[in-house]
Amino acid sequence: MITVKGLEKRFGDNLVLNQIDAQIEMGEKIVVVGPSGSGKSTFLRCINRLDEPTAGEIWVENELITDPACDINRVRQKMGMVFQHFNLFPHLTVGGNITMAPLHLGLYKADGARKRALELLDRVGLADRIDDYPVRLSGGQKQRVAIARALAMNPKIMLFDEPTSALDPEMIGEVLDVMTELAREGMTMMVVTHEMGFARKIASRVMFIDDGVIAEAAPPAELFDHPKNPRTKAFLSKVLPH
Amino acid sequence: MNTASSTHHRPLQRLVSWLVLAAVLVIVVVFRQQLGLNAELLERLKTNFTNNFIVDQRWRWLLSGLGQTILITVFAVALGVVIGLSIALIKVLEHNGKKLFFLTRFANLYLTVIRGTPVVVQLLIIYYVIFGSVNISKVLVASLAFGINSGAYVAEIIRAGILAVDRGQMEAGRSLGLTYSVAMRRIVLPQAIKNILPALFNELITLLKETAVAGYIAVADLTRSGDMIRSRTFDAFMPLLAVALIYLLIVMMLTRLMTRVERRLRRSDHR
Repeated sequence: MITVKGLEKRFGDNLVLNQIDAQIEMGEKIVVVGPSGSGKSTFLRCINRLDEPTAGEIWVENELITDPACDINRVRQKMGMVFQHFNLFPHLTVGGNITMAPLHLGLYKADGARKRALELLDRVGLADRIDDYPVRLSGGQKQRVAIARALAMNPKIMLFDEPTSALDPEMIGEVLDVMTELAREGMTMMVVTHEMGFARKIASRVMFIDDGVIAEAAPPAELFDHPKNPRTKAFLSKVLPH
Repeated sequence: MNTASSTHHRPLQRLVSWLVLAAVLVIVVVFRQQLGLNAELLERLKTNFTNNFIVDQRWRWLLSGLGQTILITVFAVALGVVIGLSIALIKVLEHNGKKLFFLTRFANLYLTVIRGTPVVVQLLIIYYVIFGSVNISKVLVASLAFGINSGAYVAEIIRAGILAVDRGQMEAGRSLGLTYSVAMRRIVLPQAIKNILPALFNELITLLKETAVAGYIAVADLTRSGDMIRSRTFDAFMPLLAVALIYLLIVMMLTRLMTRVERRLRRSDHR
């Protein structure tokens, strides 16, 4: 579904991603882990070109999206993204947040939009908050609305950029529950996270990124319990409970 | 909560201000001898007032001058917002890494020149140099000059207001497949308005007072009208004080309006 070839990203002289190759199949749940500053968020953001790659190719469903002639806005419609800081639109209600883009892009009509928003909010357990403004919601609720907003575009893949890193500890569970449910329903997902328990539970593959390269990629049982790369071992010894 | 308590206190505040005014009046009347407010002085003031404003219906000069001032200010603000928004968008696009070639260079030149020279000089150059050989309405020239001048300051206000909106807002919009311009119009600008409006109101107030130099190209605005009365009656006190009072009243009214608008904008943060 997604093929990455020789992806490179520089910010000025700083080489953040160095020759990344990856293949993601339909229905896979890729969890990307690694030390902070390793380039894992940049990798995710290159997939929908929020960060522009400086070299390499990214193919999404047999379309070369790094081609300048590619209509990236159309491609992004099938790639939902969830941000660390939620990025809800504060001037719109919860319902408005969810329906604004689909309505503007003609995905559905005004009368169908509210019904669809209610369905999605019901999925994340917030149907009763449709007319509230985001300022009234807790962090966990905001992130669940953000997930519903991304799902409203009927994406084929969901990208999660550290979705629980900005949350108070007691709110992490409710967001991970929604994501676990999504994974169970078969959504193709790519998740950058520090939640190792979650990775172990839902990942089809875990990618360990260090210093701008994929140091190791394997199913969670293998990567967590029998890491091959010494850098993976060093990282895991720091983050896994002893 | 804030608004509720201030409405609650408003009748009390009004009562206090009336009491203060009444006290001042009583003091003036009781101590008029000590203040030198004898009948002779009062009579002289009355004559002066009549001379300056009633004879030849000179109050009408002030009125038409006020009209010119307001006309110039309104036109200049409208022009300033149009220019300011355009320049601000050019600067923001540049900031977001878009290539605009000569447009950014033009915008920077405009900002540097306009903010680097006095508005009076700009006014004189536009009137005597640019439109020197054309017969054109002076009020129009003044409106143009003040509009072009104001645009530079409005541009900075709008640019700062847009850049103050969190970068993640644009990214969230783009990640949903919206184009840059749609995300700008539907997501960023509605939020930027809250940062922009109060500062824009300030610019309006500044502009209103700045138009007082329109007399340099012989526009009979409020200031020039007051000065014309002075040169006719050889009395500086009455006409100039009247001019100052009129400016002050308008500015106070605008400030009040601004406070109200700001309060409304803040309230929408808590809905």
